[in-house]
Amino acid sequence: MTVPGNSERAGNGTPLLEVRDLVVHHGQLRALEGISLRVFPGEVYAIIGANGAGKSTLLRTIAGLHRPTTGTVLFDGTDVTRLRPERRATQGIVMVPEGRRLFGSLSVEENLKVGATYARPGAWTIERAYELFGWMRGRRHQKTAQLSGGEQQSVAISRALVANPRVLLLDELSLGLAPVVVQRIYGMLPQILATGLTVLLVEQDVSQALRVASRVQCLLEGRTTLEGEPGELTPERVEAAYFGLGAATAGGGDAGGGNGGQPVPSAGHRSTVTGGQAMGPPSGGGSEQLWPG
Amino acid sequence: MAWVNAIIQGVLTGGLYALFACGLSLMFGVMKVVNLAHGDLAVVAGYVAIGVITVTHIPVLWSFLIVVPVMALLGYVLQRTIIQSALDRSVLTTLIVTFGLSVVIENGLLQFFTANSRAIGTGLPLVRDSFTIGSKIQIGYLLVVIFAVAVVVLLGLQYFLSASKYGRLIRAVADDREAAQLAGADYRHVFGIAAALAFGTVALAGISYGMYSQLQPTTGTDTILLFAFAAVVIGGLGSLWGTLLGGVVLGVAQQIGAQINISDEVLAGYIVFLAVLVLRPQGLTSRRTQS
Repeated sequence: MTVPGNSERAGNGTPLLEVRDLVVHHGQLRALEGISLRVFPGEVYAIIGANGAGKSTLLRTIAGLHRPTTGTVLFDGTDVTRLRPERRATQGIVMVPEGRRLFGSLSVEENLKVGATYARPGAWTIERAYELFGWMRGRRHQKTAQLSGGEQQSVAISRALVANPRVLLLDELSLGLAPVVVQRIYGMLPQILATGLTVLLVEQDVSQALRVASRVQCLLEGRTTLEGEPGELTPERVEAAYFGLGAATAGGGDAGGGNGGQPVPSAGHRSTVTGGQAMGPPSGGGSEQLWPG
Repeated sequence: MAWVNAIIQGVLTGGLYALFACGLSLMFGVMKVVNLAHGDLAVVAGYVAIGVITVTHIPVLWSFLIVVPVMALLGYVLQRTIIQSALDRSVLTTLIVTFGLSVVIENGLLQFFTANSRAIGTGLPLVRDSFTIGSKIQIGYLLVVIFAVAVVVLLGLQYFLSASKYGRLIRAVADDREAAQLAGADYRHVFGIAAALAFGTVALAGISYGMYSQLQPTTGTDTILLFAFAAVVIGGLGSLWGTLLGGVVLGVAQQIGAQINISDEVLAGYIVFLAVLVLRPQGLTSRRTQS
């Protein structure tokens, strides 16, 4: 199965990261029901969705922490689906995990040194991270437990950056942080992108995600309900995709609902009609009423 | 004076106990493996040293240079094979596997070396001689050397863990294995290195014990493992210097017990061990209990 509709995007040739029909189980539970996405170099690709939509599962599977039941993860054209997380990290897929997950008994600097141990060659060094987050140098010998949530998140991002990733996976940066802090951290994104990184992020805060992303995919109960560029998505459509309003509950339920409905191309932009990438036969009429153009 | 002597002897034996305990503590701290074969591995190291000395006729102390690296290598290999595959199932499985390893080792030693007790380097001046302070206090050179070695080993371990690349990785993996993987670290390899360190120290301890006392195939579980456990629990898990403190407290308690009645030596140690478990279950050096 392929991901049609994306091919003309950006004209950047091959995607840096591609996920094809990913199905992931947590025990009996089907967490992802056939997710596909293509992230092109230089993009900021955001996955949005409510709690339990499968966003983090998707990111963790890309990072190698979950084994998919079926489906493939391609990185720079190579199949990495069976690769261990540490091998993916050294090849350039580095994740900032949800909840920051710093090494609590290590100092700030030691956390960064661990991040840099198996680093690829590249622009990012511990020095450069200190330049990005000015406060960090002065407090580099502190244990991370003594830092505020926002500071810990900055350390977690730096720890990933110093590995010189090609694609940076950011899992719920805003979790547990004050809105001001979240804005400040996302404000760093342009400087990070300037070094040639590609970003795939998961965010519950939809407005934040739409603000920074060049492309958005919305998940609902393990399925794609919407994909497109933020500029062409109306709040109503995003809302409908996010909550599964209307036909998603009425018409979906099984097989064809894999992509709940069809976003209607608006204003002649490069909108993607995800309806074409159905995993099963389209479930019929219901989906067409989802986002009335 | 007899009491002062008892305390000095106790402190010095504490160094030996700390050598036994630090590897046990390290393996639990890093990979949550309670290695029930820990004591038997010390005995294996002792027997290997006896074998090496008998076969090659090298000086006794040179055997350390051969046996310690060999045991460290064995530690890496065992960790990467049977202990890791047990860990992949569950932490509890490692208890069963290391218990099985312990049984296999003890019976293997019985088979090959009989139940007779063996000692290492009995004729050496280092092992035989002692010096006296005043009239009542007599201190063996060997115990002083073992204590010094224990301190040096602990200092070295601490330096390695705090300043070296692999030491940092060991601590990182102990904190959060998954986050370490995301940073590109293969935790299995890091576990292997931690196990190599643990096996190296226990080899050092085992040969030292063979010089200080005698080795039998069962010494590993009925003496060394229990003393190591006691030292770790008294001192506090996961703290290197805690194991030295734990070893010293255990040693002093035993010597004071022996001073009261020679048959109370071991009992006194365990009474302190139990008292610590009841009154301060996190050990003497740990600040807080980790739930």
